[in-house]
Amino acid sequence: MDDINVVIAGAAGEGVQTIGDLMTNAVAGQGYSVFSWKEYESRIVGGSNSYSIRIGDGLKNAPLAEADILLALNNKATDKYKGIVKKTGIIISVRKEGDRSIPIPFSSIAKKRFGEEIYANTIAIGALVSALGMDAGSIKEIIRKTFSKKGSDIVSANESAFEEGFSLAGKECVDMCPWKLLRKESGYYVISGNEAIALGAARGNCRFMTAYPMTPSTGIITYLSSVQNQLGIFIEQAEDEISAVNMAIGASYAGIRSMTATSGGGFALMVEGISLAGMTETPLVIVLAQRPGPATGLPTRTAQGDLLFAVHAGHGEFPKMIFAPADPKDAFHKMVRAFNLAEEYQTVAIVISDQFLADSRFSVEDFEVEKTEPYFQKTDTSGVKNYRRYRLTDSGISPRLYPGISEHLVCADSDEHDEYGHITEDLVKTAPDMVKKRIAKLEGLKKSILLPEEIALKDAEVVFTGWGSTRGAILEALGLLKMDGIKAGLIHFTELWPLPEYNFPKDKTYWSIEGNILGQLARLLKGEYDIHFKGHISRHDGLPITADYIRREFYEKNR
Amino acid sequence: MKKTDEFDNRVEIQWCPGCPNYGILNALKGALAELGKSPHEICLVSGIGQAAKLPHYLKCNFFNGLHGRAIPVATGINIANPDLTTIVVTGDGDCYGEGGNHFIHAIRRNPDLTVFVHNNEIYALTKGQASPTTPLGEKRRLKMSGVEIPPINMPAFAIMQDCSFVARGFAGDLKHLQDIMVRSIRHRGMSYVDIIQPCITWGTHPVSWYKERVRRIGDDHNPEDKNSALDIALTKDGFIHTGVLYEVPSGNIFASRFRKEVTSRPLTGLEIQSPEKIHELLLKFKPV
Ligand SMILES: Cc1ncc(C[n+]2csc(CCOP(=O)(O)OP(=O)(O)O)c2C)c(N)n1
Ligand SMILES: [Mg+2]
Repeated sequence: MDDINVVIAGAAGEGVQTIGDLMTNAVAGQGYSVFSWKEYESRIVGGSNSYSIRIGDGLKNAPLAEADILLALNNKATDKYKGIVKKTGIIISVRKEGDRSIPIPFSSIAKKRFGEEIYANTIAIGALVSALGMDAGSIKEIIRKTFSKKGSDIVSANESAFEEGFSLAGKECVDMCPWKLLRKESGYYVISGNEAIALGAARGNCRFMTAYPMTPSTGIITYLSSVQNQLGIFIEQAEDEISAVNMAIGASYAGIRSMTATSGGGFALMVEGISLAGMTETPLVIVLAQRPGPATGLPTRTAQGDLLFAVHAGHGEFPKMIFAPADPKDAFHKMVRAFNLAEEYQTVAIVISDQFLADSRFSVEDFEVEKTEPYFQKTDTSGVKNYRRYRLTDSGISPRLYPGISEHLVCADSDEHDEYGHITEDLVKTAPDMVKKRIAKLEGLKKSILLPEEIALKDAEVVFTGWGSTRGAILEALGLLKMDGIKAGLIHFTELWPLPEYNFPKDKTYWSIEGNILGQLARLLKGEYDIHFKGHISRHDGLPITADYIRREFYEKNR
Repeated sequence: MKKTDEFDNRVEIQWCPGCPNYGILNALKGALAELGKSPHEICLVSGIGQAAKLPHYLKCNFFNGLHGRAIPVATGINIANPDLTTIVVTGDGDCYGEGGNHFIHAIRRNPDLTVFVHNNEIYALTKGQASPTTPLGEKRRLKMSGVEIPPINMPAFAIMQDCSFVARGFAGDLKHLQDIMVRSIRHRGMSYVDIIQPCITWGTHPVSWYKERVRRIGDDHNPEDKNSALDIALTKDGFIHTGVLYEVPSGNIFASRFRKEVTSRPLTGLEIQSPEKIHELLLKFKPV
């Protein structure tokens, strides 16, 4: 089947999110793969928000620019979004909007028939289910479950509202709606990046998470706090990001895997802490969920603008690593790797996501939970004599013990220190040796970082470079360009600091695709690998990169 | 009883000769010995400043972190391993200035920590600027015409916010200080001692000036009486009142409910997370 893109639009507080979530689950429950993403303003009521659900039968976790079905909950939303509806598409809206529309005054019907406007959403759901050619019975079951706690009156009113919407749209749909979503046997997980990151952290044996709320990172701690008792993970809302990063460092020093998460502004406040983890050689995992900056920027939108900031975060010189997962499954495994490598190299791992990955809901066939296992350093103290927390070694990795588990004293210092962890002013030997020791870890780390993924590279003339959550859209763009006769490939980074040893093929034309204006990864690659970019496809309007966008920009900039 | 020399180490001390910090260090060693602690059972946490160097001079585990950030680090340590006796050693600048927000919220959180603030009414390490406790009118490095903003009264604030142990000690009355330290470390929940520590290098007054003004709080004070504790903390009679101002049984201790009901042991003692639990939770993401 061709993918169907459904866009639900309305004001904040009007039910866009509720309808979107319910429909995403309902369609997925019928065995289809779904990909949903939200685009919303930083406010609780009013404005205009949209929720897009892409429905298919293969895994296509990337946003589409055009809609097959627009469900507009108010007239303003109709005006704003009608432009994205395909010629073959339809509009379900309050008023009639051209030939291919189904007018249903949701609120007034709700009020008239059921006495209250709140049933408008259920009427809209009924209409959408009808337009999609779905089986009403199983959706009604979901509605029953959703409202069951509110009593039988509410349940039956909602059932009637659903039927009302279903039949109203059904009559109009006859010639306009070609879609038929029959139940299928397959089944996918439907999960957001934030939730997958949280579960990946749990799989990586994280025992403590602390954060200060900041969109779009908050979903991670919100989800973990909802399952903290099941998992045995202690959750604390910090008084600020400075406290969050320092609490996580303290807990990690004392022997448990710990993390924090934030967005750009909060990350800025954590930077001194990153340096502290580097100096004290304390493992630490930080999730940086990007949104457009500078400063407060666009709080609810997406961007890839903080890569260079993350790479350079922390004063002084010390090793750190950066991961940028492509999708929730990747994020799940990257979290385990982040905890493993942070522990192995006793330093900071930053996992970069963005609002698009954090908030969107992706279909995943199989998480392969066992594939990436948490591994731990040995903390056997039996043979240890004259313990030195910062003992000089060739690898730069010193034996790490936890305070209180044995007689050995574990002394950590943010000042330059000697092998025991005591302040030093010895500039002749101790201080330079310690700098070298910490930097020595880079060697091993470089080998531990995975190489970029290569797609269709062999035959490609044009090669895109990308990183993180844009993978799905770029893959789709490769397909579009192929249909145009362009041989394009991709080198995609999901682990990108320290940059691994890698050979960029020489005979290609390189283009970068990034959600920032400067081409931040491209700058790093130019410096490290000496490659030349013919152009940069950049998106910096707060919206996610789509396949259409890539193709359009590619032609535009290639003219 | 343990001996204080069990806590001696051979690290060169960087404080000015004659600094009352030496006395505080000895009182702390005495208190730890009196409590029967061994070095590995203790974790000192500090920020940056002259006071914050103390952990280096006492044999124990320590985390000497960033300026102002000792309390969050100590809170994290306490979350992971509450069996450690975790003590924050900090200065008036470290704790009330750079780290003021953490101090305020630690009182609300009430972790089982002890906080010793070496209050010398000055930023000593950075050579004599005013601190949040410098009295009005006193001349300091960046304020040669005299400090124009009033000092903060943290003990009074802590009592107001129901910090369950609030005391004031004096680095020139070590026996008394050691007693206060013992009591504060024994106390469950957050305990806080503001220790008057005259700065003999940058300060305005010699130690003797303080000695003349220090008054031990009398036995007639009931430390469970919040109003009278606050009265003493707020008194402006020209004297410095030392002793336990406020001590009540600590209510809900930070993270203890979670330990009791969920993990039934310190987080450091947990088994590795089972993949089955992850599968179980993932299944909830599979719509049917
Ligand atoms: C982020 C940061 N800002 C400033 C400093 C410089 N600094 C170090 S110690 C200090 C003040 C210390 O005052 P206090 O805590 O009272 O300690 P004292 O030296 O008086 O014992 C300052 C401003 C620093 N180390 N880090
Ligand atoms: Mg001071």
